[in-house]
Amino acid sequence: MSEHATSSRKFYVGIGMSLLVLTSVTVFAAFVNLGPFNPVVALLIATIKATLVVLFFMHVKGASEKLTAAVLVSGFFFLAILLSLALADYLTRAWR
Amino acid sequence: MASAAIPANQTPKTNYLTNGYGLKSWLLTTDHKRIAVLYLISVTVFFFLGGFFAMLIRLELLTPQGDLMQADSYNKVFTMHGMIMVFFFLIPVVPAVLGNFLVPIMIGAKDLAFPRINLLSWYLYIIAGTLFLHCMLIGGVDTGWTFYTPYSTVGSNTNVVEAGLAVFIAGFSSIFTGLNFIVTIHRMRAPGLTWDRLPLFIWANYATSIIMVLGTPVVAITIVLVAVERLFHLGIFDPKLGGDPLLFQHLFWFYSHPAVYIMILPSMGVVSELITCFSRKRIFGYKFIALSSVAIAVLGFLVWAHHMFVAGISLYAAMIFSFLTFFIGVPSAIKVFNWTATLYRGSISYATPMLYAFGFIGLFTIGGLTGLFLATLGIDVHVTDTYFVVAHFHYVMVGGVLMGYLGGMHFWWPKISGRMYPEGWAKLSALLVFVGFNLTFFPQFILGYVGMPRRYWQYPDEFQVLNVLSTAGSSVLAVGYLLPMIYFLWSLRYGPIAEANPWNAAGLEWQTTSPPPTFNFDETPVVTWEAYNYDEIAPKELEAPVGR
Repeated sequence: MSEHATSSRKFYVGIGMSLLVLTSVTVFAAFVNLGPFNPVVALLIATIKATLVVLFFMHVKGASEKLTAAVLVSGFFFLAILLSLALADYLTRAWR
Repeated sequence: MASAAIPANQTPKTNYLTNGYGLKSWLLTTDHKRIAVLYLISVTVFFFLGGFFAMLIRLELLTPQGDLMQADSYNKVFTMHGMIMVFFFLIPVVPAVLGNFLVPIMIGAKDLAFPRINLLSWYLYIIAGTLFLHCMLIGGVDTGWTFYTPYSTVGSNTNVVEAGLAVFIAGFSSIFTGLNFIVTIHRMRAPGLTWDRLPLFIWANYATSIIMVLGTPVVAITIVLVAVERLFHLGIFDPKLGGDPLLFQHLFWFYSHPAVYIMILPSMGVVSELITCFSRKRIFGYKFIALSSVAIAVLGFLVWAHHMFVAGISLYAAMIFSFLTFFIGVPSAIKVFNWTATLYRGSISYATPMLYAFGFIGLFTIGGLTGLFLATLGIDVHVTDTYFVVAHFHYVMVGGVLMGYLGGMHFWWPKISGRMYPEGWAKLSALLVFVGFNLTFFPQFILGYVGMPRRYWQYPDEFQVLNVLSTAGSSVLAVGYLLPMIYFLWSLRYGPIAEANPWNAAGLEWQTTSPPPTFNFDETPVVTWEAYNYDEIAPKELEAPVGR
């Protein structure tokens, strides 16, 4: 096995371990009462995990293909549509 | 009719159908055309199963009393009908059958970009379908195809989780197909086949793939959340647990409204191919039709809450979604106007595929325009959850999608099977489908307008005449759908051998043999012409298509 393949495997195992650690932090944080910051902390950890997956496991970091960038941007664009238009309902409900 | 002989001038050689005969050669194939045939068989089975449930619904509604079944059974029957038709027929049918077969050939490629993922997509579909059949056999599910909470999480005592899992897996089958199409269309076009020379069927499947890839994960995770709440009582949608049932509807419809465009866009692509071929004209407004597909794919994501106008969303949000919904009518109308403009001064022939294309334009227009009724807040409040809505979406999904699919199946059947179908029977079938469809669903517009709610197994006596008409129509429709299955099967053995290009049509798929060889072309084609260059193709009598 080449040195490159070994270091590459170590790197991905490292990313995988980081995800497991962050999952543990999520579980730990769930038992700590942070008041209004409970969802903020949970979402922050989830965002870090998602970023690691997108950048490294999905090979977005270092990708030179324009199509990869287009898919990534489209994904976030449609997520923004989902959140903003759903919030257009939640934030304007008279009966809230 | 005698079995036709292979013509002397067509060299007998191996094609994709004769390249291997055993079951293994089919179940382990990575040939996109064989996978398309596998999908064709699978979706046909589910179509007739869904149709069986539709007939049960219509039989129950023949009389005002609940005499064939009781409310609980009726709930399960319409749920089974909806889930099978939406997730196991309408969503995969055109992309997975016609798209799988045609996308690589139409762009001059040997196969899709990821042939093994393509086969995996079919296996996922089969796993999902088997799971759903199991769910059906052990008692079914009664939530309606929409899985609405809190009924699906705390109310229903049927097999919600298993049905949800089946839909979840079917969703990944759909994602894989979309992913494959996007990469294939970007990376594997023949030399010279620029974006503005692509057939409109390719544009339509490309736009569809965007929705499949971006929308399907949302509904998949939403169904997981339903299962999590149902199994572990985590408060996500149930108000008693701090959840919000409208959150489910937002997430569900974010995918499921665009899913309507997953269904209709590929059929629109089919219709573009048919209209040009049987008018012998270049398509009118090529770029507008091509980009309107993409516009529909994007705008389709901005309108979902029109399904929720009376569910309790804010008036402000309702007004925004009503406004945005009107926009989706624009690209749809662009297509219809351009198709009719293509017909103008065309040399029109009335072969069966064209009859279906005409049917599509008429029925989709009615379905689309009644969609604008429902986008209007005041009217929507009046007709929500009535048969008006049922009629509207059947005009789009059945009148539109199925007309396009059947038109496409007749058009490309010679290419898929190497045989011609019997034109007389096919025209009769197209007529029966059109008449049967309108007789089934037009009365439902009136029923809904006068107040008959959907999803009830019995109704007041004054609604009976229109319901009898609708049930009678469904019988005619069923015959119209059974006929093609019979004569397509018949033609496999007895149909005349098809030429490479029996319609004298433009497009790369007609430049290879019928059926095509395993790798589609002996040499990679080089494209030097615009799409639909019918003014450069010698005219030919199309009224009675013949094999050789």
